[in-house]
Amino acid sequence: MTMTPDGHSAELAIASSALTKRFRGGQVAVDHVDLAVPRGSVYGFLGPNGSGKTTTIRMLLGLAYPTSGTARVLGVPMPEGTTRVLSRVGSLVEGPAFYPYLSGWDNLVRYDAADASAPGKTAKARISEAMERVGLLAAAGKKFRNYSLGMKQRLAIASALLVPRDLIVLDEPTNGLDPQGTREVRTLVRQIAADGITVFVSSHLLAEVEQVSTHVGVMRLGRLVFQGELTALRRTAAPRVAVRTADTATAAEVLAKLGLAGPQAGADLVTAELGDIAPEKITAELVHAGVGVRALTVEAPSLEDLFVGLTGEGFDVEAG
Amino acid sequence: MSRLAEGATDLRAPATGTAAMPEATAAVAVRATLRFFASELRVTFFRRRNQLLLLVAALFPLVIGIGLKAADPHGGGGGRGPGASGAAYFSQLAGNGVFLTFVALSLLLILVLPVVVGVVAGDSIAGEAGYGTLRYLLAVPAGRTRLLAVKYATIVVWSVTATFVVSVIALLPGVVLFGAGPVTLLSGTTVSLADGLLHVLWVTLYVCAAMAAFGAIALAISTFTEHAIGAIAASLIIVVASEVIENVPQFAPVNPYLPTNWWLDFDSLLRTPVDTTTLWHGLLSFAVYAVLFVSIAWARFTSADVTS
Repeated sequence: MTMTPDGHSAELAIASSALTKRFRGGQVAVDHVDLAVPRGSVYGFLGPNGSGKTTTIRMLLGLAYPTSGTARVLGVPMPEGTTRVLSRVGSLVEGPAFYPYLSGWDNLVRYDAADASAPGKTAKARISEAMERVGLLAAAGKKFRNYSLGMKQRLAIASALLVPRDLIVLDEPTNGLDPQGTREVRTLVRQIAADGITVFVSSHLLAEVEQVSTHVGVMRLGRLVFQGELTALRRTAAPRVAVRTADTATAAEVLAKLGLAGPQAGADLVTAELGDIAPEKITAELVHAGVGVRALTVEAPSLEDLFVGLTGEGFDVEAG
Repeated sequence: MSRLAEGATDLRAPATGTAAMPEATAAVAVRATLRFFASELRVTFFRRRNQLLLLVAALFPLVIGIGLKAADPHGGGGGRGPGASGAAYFSQLAGNGVFLTFVALSLLLILVLPVVVGVVAGDSIAGEAGYGTLRYLLAVPAGRTRLLAVKYATIVVWSVTATFVVSVIALLPGVVLFGAGPVTLLSGTTVSLADGLLHVLWVTLYVCAAMAAFGAIALAISTFTEHAIGAIAASLIIVVASEVIENVPQFAPVNPYLPTNWWLDFDSLLRTPVDTTTLWHGLLSFAVYAVLFVSIAWARFTSADVTS
């Protein structure tokens, strides 16, 4: 299983082509999404709530049927291959869901028994190992309804780890967790990825996947507006130089002469993309041209800024 | 077992795709499905709510027996005369406690047994959807057809259990309060107690079939909603509506097609010779209802998006 980041579909853990889901009301929840999740990657699937992430995941897992387009998971077409491929895929979809009247242990026994490919003989050992891995073995006998939110989330991750997997799909695994719980989940994701398992993790918060992801896809209103390596997303954030001065006209001329792209002028501010030019050279040129420089700064937008730029400010802004 | 395994070979071989060792693959698939079925039975029978349902079903024959004895210590006629249609066994209760089984089954079939079956069957898919466990079972993957098969098999086992609980529990107060001995059937023939118990078994199995067919209706409704209570209520409304229509003479032509119409027609099993025409009509009706509604459940469940 050699990894080629831009390889053909056989090397992709998840590949979709023009995947579309139109609800009965006519609303398009997922609009021609072309996912390419390389094997061995940790893919952060980002977007605000309601941007179509969960619907996409439901289609990838054969829970919902696409209106049009195709999807392949581990090379197998979905939803036709659901029963063939999903035993190699561990998943957490839209929050944990278990039987409240069963203990954590019995809940895992139940899900494990439903898996036709999981050998019953080793069930005890595997469940024990999965619970140990998420630190729940001590609470195994407790009823699920008495679990804290963090424990519920961890039990869901344990259920995704019951059998050896090639792909783990985690939909908003840190939703509702405190910072401690969030960190635990992040650590788990790192451990899973370290075993060579592809991790597809969705979140509406960039900060939560930024530290663990190698790749990101960004959804906005049902469309995939960015997909690629995280470093590529960072590169799209061109640093800009901002010059604060009373003499904006001359300053703009100097920046133009230096060949800086995308100039913008304000009342007492001129900005432009920095490019390859060293900031100190710009300072020297400005001073040489007699511009009274009050301040010169280089601003690289944070990943968060980029993310917001891609996804929009949020619902209210979008609606307005 | 071996017949089951062969049947599974035909079904699974194309699906698994790996035809290297179809026999072994089929055996593994059957064993895995039996494990899933066992898990489903465990969850169903160990659930406190369901255990209470069985307990309630078991209490009814006791209460009915004590009530009938208290109302008429010398006979079993109760409030209903010997001529009361379809309940001739009431008057036979005086002679033999075995008849309490038939009295209990006929009274509980009106609503109590349908409730016991309807709660479990109506909850089967809708309850999983409501908890959100349905999406996880399908993502496991349990397989939609496989899950539905396991669910219906469990409903059948549950229906059989509930019916046998009623008839077996009814025998105890029946024998204690009304005595046991050679059984005089409705046709006047007297058979040995052992033979009488065999009649009890046949009647119980007939009611099991009726309840299993009703379970299919509730299962089908269950695939259309994620509110278990709605599915349970809807299935019971169907029972009550069907029983109401049965009692309106003007609707007589549609009676044979109503789901509840044949439920109480087991009294022909209490006559010699047994009138098999009615029985076969009843069993045919149950079979048609079961096949029809399991098919509806399958069509719905394998094509609908799981959004819960």
